[in-house]
Amino acid sequence: MASLINEAFQNAKSENRPALLTYTVAGDNTKKKSLEILKSISDYADICELGFPHNTPIADGGQIQTSAYRAIKNGIKINDVFSIARDFKKSKKTKPIILMGYYNMIFQYNENKFLDKCKNVKVDGLIVVDLPYPENKKFASKCKKRGVNFIQLVSPTTSEIRLKKIIKDSHDMLYYISMLSTTGGKLKVSPKKILKRYGKIKNQNKSKNVVIGFGITEKTIKSLKKADGLVVGSAICKEISNSIKKRQNPVTNVTNIVKRLKNKIK
Amino acid sequence: MKLKRGIPLIDQHDQHGFWGGKFGGSFIPETLKKPVEDLTNEFKKLRKDKKFLNKRDFYFKNYIGTPTSFVKLDNLTNHLGGAQIWAKVVSEANGGAHKIYNATVHALICKAMGKKYIVGDTGAGYAGKMLSMAAKKFGLKCKIFMGAKDIKRQKPNCDAMKKNGAEIVPVYSGSQTLVDAVSECMRYWVSNCDNTHMCVGSTVGPNIFVKICGWSTAQISRELKVQLKSKFKKIPNKIKLINCVGGGSSAYGFWSEFIDYDKKQIELIGVEAGGPKKSKLHAAPLSRNAKIGILHGAASYLCQNNEGQINDTESISAGLDYPGVSPIHCFLKDTKRARYTYATDEDALNAHVMVTKYENLNPSLEPSHAFAEAIKIAPKLSKDTIIIVNSCGDAKKDRDILKERLGKK
Repeated sequence: MASLINEAFQNAKSENRPALLTYTVAGDNTKKKSLEILKSISDYADICELGFPHNTPIADGGQIQTSAYRAIKNGIKINDVFSIARDFKKSKKTKPIILMGYYNMIFQYNENKFLDKCKNVKVDGLIVVDLPYPENKKFASKCKKRGVNFIQLVSPTTSEIRLKKIIKDSHDMLYYISMLSTTGGKLKVSPKKILKRYGKIKNQNKSKNVVIGFGITEKTIKSLKKADGLVVGSAICKEISNSIKKRQNPVTNVTNIVKRLKNKIK
Repeated sequence: MKLKRGIPLIDQHDQHGFWGGKFGGSFIPETLKKPVEDLTNEFKKLRKDKKFLNKRDFYFKNYIGTPTSFVKLDNLTNHLGGAQIWAKVVSEANGGAHKIYNATVHALICKAMGKKYIVGDTGAGYAGKMLSMAAKKFGLKCKIFMGAKDIKRQKPNCDAMKKNGAEIVPVYSGSQTLVDAVSECMRYWVSNCDNTHMCVGSTVGPNIFVKICGWSTAQISRELKVQLKSKFKKIPNKIKLINCVGGGSSAYGFWSEFIDYDKKQIELIGVEAGGPKKSKLHAAPLSRNAKIGILHGAASYLCQNNEGQINDTESISAGLDYPGVSPIHCFLKDTKRARYTYATDEDALNAHVMVTKYENLNPSLEPSHAFAEAIKIAPKLSKDTIIIVNSCGDAKKDRDILKERLGKK
């Protein structure tokens, strides 16, 4: 299991902290800027998630929607997303990158072609929001064949039996959705409760890296630091929106946020 | 790909929820898996539960007011001089459109599941109005998601929703029409699925919503079958059932009892929204050969670009202004059981003018699309051909649009 994703988690563990995962949208606000942001924040982030934007994102809240619409408006295409990933991996060879998005984009590109391309540009993992278990089984095994981690999502509504099956079929990493919410919602469940449920997932198979996402901000991140990893997305997208509004450089502002997030979990 | 006989179309899907192996399914976020599964199990149980069926029939009869009438449009028939034109006047149903069937059933399911809140999407405002009525009737709290553009153009229905005590949540994202309303409603459900029931306003969305909606609107064709037999003593030999298709809930309801018949005897014709005459935008994925894609949890023919981004649509009729379409209509198209075509905004307006001139009938812009096709083909057909149009909505809600486009008061 020598995936870069696994290594990133082990590395964080050896420093006695959770891994920090960031989420930004490819092409937000331009192709060039989003690559610069990615490169710059990866000095502090352990794993970078890169969203390929869709104009009907049914599980995303306002912040990520805004980022996605902005990127699409600026002309981002799937092949641009791949070229951003490729450029990123050229300079940051050991930094894992995970693509995240909705299935229709993959379906239109053609599943096999999409996954070949992922392998080709050295994408480490893939999250597909609207392709749940068990319908994703075939797709997940196609990913595995190409050395791409397929990352399953688990939520507070996932039943025990289902959880067992999902974990059994999962690869190196699982993504636990902290609460019933779209991305960017306010954390409405106590960290204690989230961690309790998280512990139940973790206990099923300690070798799987389980990250927590949704509702994580500078305010809440510290309270969940017991997890293997924590994902911050909307808070970063919001910072890009604010920077554009204030005519400031999003690269600097976003990097500062990620730096602060990292310091809170050290 | 083949249709089965003797099994309702809504049940002809595989274990993953696909019709014909590729339409439908449940492309949903993990969080919704459990509530969708719960709803699926509940519906499976309820549709076999005699008490529940009695309740449904009771409210269909005493609240919705079934059966709606089936009438011959003599003046229009004489004017066009060809096939006989008949209408199933579904707009007589309580509230003024077929959406009341689905709304009532969802409210009953919501009650049975012990949930107190119900949310829904709406385009023309009929699905929202009916859900607000049903919610009020059954003591449920109701939120309706509606595109900001639609709120403006379908004001009479918005007024009705408010009067029924529902909260209208305006949606400002994207094109500010039905597609965005459905997305936002699904997002709300993701965040509140523990105490809230979601009603999808048409035969679209994840598999179970297609089934529940189709099961509800099927009442229309059950009535029609009885009415046909009583008017003609048997099912006539040459029938054409014409219905507008947005999501496709009224069309499925109008056709469901007749799908097993040979298409030479009963032809099914769906009419989509072709949009303004000179515009490239439309909402006609079936008749204008869109590619298959995934929207709102289901695979269907879909107006989209090469990348898989959903296209903006445009139609004078808010109820048909949707880029996707029901997976069961995709299935009916590919098995060639139904034929799909489109009418432009102008065709629909002209049809509305003609029907209201000759008949005591006031079809909304949605069924006016279906009348446009009837008017087009009737003169070429023999007198023993029976064209039946589902007049599934009343034009009261279109007051402002008709005034603007026709100068009509």
